[in-house]
Amino acid sequence: MIATLAKRRKPAAPEAPHPSGDKRFKILETQMKRYQFKQDALIEVLHKAQELFGFLDEGLLIFIAHGLKLPPSRVYGVATFYHFFKLKPQGAHTCVICMGTACYVKGADKILASLEEDLKIKSGETTPDGKVSLVSARCIGACGIAPAVVYDGVVTARQSADDAFAKVKGWMGHVA
Amino acid sequence: MAAKTLTIDGQMVSAEEQQTVLEAARDAGIRIPTLCHQEGVMAIGACRLCLVEVAGITKLLPACVTKVQEGMDVKTNTERLQKYRRMILELLFAERNHVCAVCVSNGNCELQSLAMEHGMDHVRYDYRCPKCGVDLTHRLFGADDNRCVLCGRCMRVCWYIEGAGTKNVSGRGVNSSIINDLHQPWGAAESCTSCGKCVLSCPTGALFYQGATVGEMTRDRSKLEFIVTAREKKQWIA
Repeated sequence: MIATLAKRRKPAAPEAPHPSGDKRFKILETQMKRYQFKQDALIEVLHKAQELFGFLDEGLLIFIAHGLKLPPSRVYGVATFYHFFKLKPQGAHTCVICMGTACYVKGADKILASLEEDLKIKSGETTPDGKVSLVSARCIGACGIAPAVVYDGVVTARQSADDAFAKVKGWMGHVA
Repeated sequence: MAAKTLTIDGQMVSAEEQQTVLEAARDAGIRIPTLCHQEGVMAIGACRLCLVEVAGITKLLPACVTKVQEGMDVKTNTERLQKYRRMILELLFAERNHVCAVCVSNGNCELQSLAMEHGMDHVRYDYRCPKCGVDLTHRLFGADDNRCVLCGRCMRVCWYIEGAGTKNVSGRGVNSSIINDLHQPWGAAESCTSCGKCVLSCPTGALFYQGATVGEMTRDRSKLEFIVTAREKKQWIA
């Protein structure tokens, strides 16, 4: 019986390339395959997708939903639940301000407030020219060097509002 | 199946092993207030209104997800519980814009009935007054986020009973909201089958039939019960 069933099974059709021709979809598909298209691998797949594309747009979420055979609402719900996942394109540079207790006490709130004012965006947003994303984080575990700010992945110690502004101004080019 | 005996409000109750405290109490005719509980879908213990006291445990336990145990001594209506339940209701009212006087469900609302039952005549917390939208894009139904208590009943009914999974919760904490598909207008959500089970399940005026005006929104919840019994027990009890 088992043998008959196995014989009848169709050979796996070669997967059609994504209509956009973007190779990254193929890589993502391979990643999903590695997890045997298991539905509970959704978070891992979203991680990979964000790593490949930088952010998760609607088409990408639909692609993942189809791949894992999940309703789009579940994929969207998970993607919005975690701060790590971004649904909008991120800036060329990222400035993460630690808002953990130690950094907060040392004035991280003032750094964030002044940057928000200077860049005219709120925490979690990106400047309209797409150059800088401003992000706040809970404790990054660098309490000894509070207040800490992470510029493009580099943790920098004892920052002030002026330091942060100088750094971000450099990224922005010539800002008044 | 082994039977368990326990005491609920001083009354000796016997229950089946897999039953929850809520089910055991209901079988014994003891009412425990609930909001997020929905027959036939997974209990999530979200609203905390069914919290009960169990002797020997200092924490309060949600009756809808607590399984019965031999010799359990449960109290469902102590002064402490009443105080907490009132507080929870007040917080629910303060969270969004619950203005009964202009609500489609005025007079037919579970939140309103619970508030009256618990003698909630005012709210001690500042209203958050968030700006929430109303989605009227669906041909038959409307969704008013202002009245939503995020009980998740619509979402679970869509998931477990209809099986479409159109609705889900997006975001977290204070920014949570019920969404359709990829946060699309309801009318544009392709997976929605327009079955209306979510509207039947909604405890407040958050989901309603198009055209319903103040106080006009009534729901026939027995339809949901009918479909759950039919599906689970293969009994079609009209």
